[in-house]
Amino acid sequence: MDIVRILFSYIIFPGFIFSAIVGLFLTWIDRKVTARIHWRVGPPWFQPYADFLKLLLKETIIPEGSSKTLFLLGPLLGIISMSILAVMLFSMNFNPTSSFVGDVIVIVYLLALPPIGIIIGGSSSRNTLASVGASREMTQYFAYELPFLISLVIIILKAGGSIKFGEIVLAQQAQGPFLYSISGVIAAVVILLCIQAKLSFVPFDSPEAEQEIMCGPYIEYSGVALAIFKLARAMMLFLLPLFLISLLWGGFADWWAIPKFLLIIVLIVLIKNTNPRLRIDQALKSFWIGLGMLSIIGLVLAFYGL
Amino acid sequence: MANPKLWGLKKSPWVFHVAAASCNNCDIEILDLITPHWDIERFGIVLVGSPRHADALLVTGVLNRKSLPRVLRVYEQTPKPCLVIGIGTCTCHTHMFERSYNVVGPYNKYLPVDVYIPGCPPKPEAMIMGVVKALKRL
Repeated sequence: MDIVRILFSYIIFPGFIFSAIVGLFLTWIDRKVTARIHWRVGPPWFQPYADFLKLLLKETIIPEGSSKTLFLLGPLLGIISMSILAVMLFSMNFNPTSSFVGDVIVIVYLLALPPIGIIIGGSSSRNTLASVGASREMTQYFAYELPFLISLVIIILKAGGSIKFGEIVLAQQAQGPFLYSISGVIAAVVILLCIQAKLSFVPFDSPEAEQEIMCGPYIEYSGVALAIFKLARAMMLFLLPLFLISLLWGGFADWWAIPKFLLIIVLIVLIKNTNPRLRIDQALKSFWIGLGMLSIIGLVLAFYGL
Repeated sequence: MANPKLWGLKKSPWVFHVAAASCNNCDIEILDLITPHWDIERFGIVLVGSPRHADALLVTGVLNRKSLPRVLRVYEQTPKPCLVIGIGTCTCHTHMFERSYNVVGPYNKYLPVDVYIPGCPPKPEAMIMGVVKALKRL
């Protein structure tokens, strides 16, 4: 029975299928809010599902001269890591005292897998624009990882030196969410901008800038492979705000999590729609110098308990 | 919803714009379609940047010796099933360039065009109606 329960949690709820369905719905919210900001009507609610279904049933072309295995492995890494992340996030919030619910180190590696998948896919697709996109994705990954890790250290310091997820959630239930302090706000701002970069949304969308390099690493993908890439992106849009809520805003085991979650989603979409795109060197500079310094200040404040 | 393949294709036709040496009039009118006034994202139509993502090719302009191999190559790179929609009078026949030394003839000699939208340039409303007709024919 145990193995059935584990498989159920990874494949159906809250793993692959549940987070995919919710994630696709959130991409509709993204598109609809974007459309309303432009004073447009926007697509109907079933639009992402129609897109996904259509892509699943279309022809998948593998470009001549590309590495077939790597080309098809690229999209898979993203959805696999996101399914595992979904199970971890839900078990850390609803069952925080169980023996192993993962820790911060695991999540850093799981969040590294989708960009690695994009880099593998982009560089194996034998296209100039795709390799430009892949190299930008790599640069951007190294750029946002530094402030992201420092702000995770802030959270660890505030949780009393524990890297286990269950203990971070329990510490927040005991002493209130970490967000309600100066260093907590700094960590939240830094992680929010890192989420923006992980999702490749404007202002950090130079890896797949549609107007200059035509979707970058995804340019040669079609059919099922493209659908899986879109799905991994949709699951990230669902899971990364949940990750922010559970590490900084007191977890999502109560109903208050839904307005918090919608607030973060709308904030991400608003940042996306009101900013110009940064060049890759500007993005690197703003992450390493601007947000890096900000998160170090937050680290010092957290060290003194502020 | 009886045929999921057809339903998906009808509800989200992604469009790639092949400007085969047109005079840019039709191209500007196509860009009008994604402005707030007409907003074809209501119907799930999105302008994509790569022929690999496309379900429909919008071709504009008269085919000439230089553009013919490019247009054919873009058509071959598009995953099937895909629609071909000819925008403007130039695509229906050779328009006023009929006697030109460089023109190789109308599109239907080389490509399976699904719908022609005449006009120089056609109005955005006419284009939306043409796309609707093309989707109804599926």
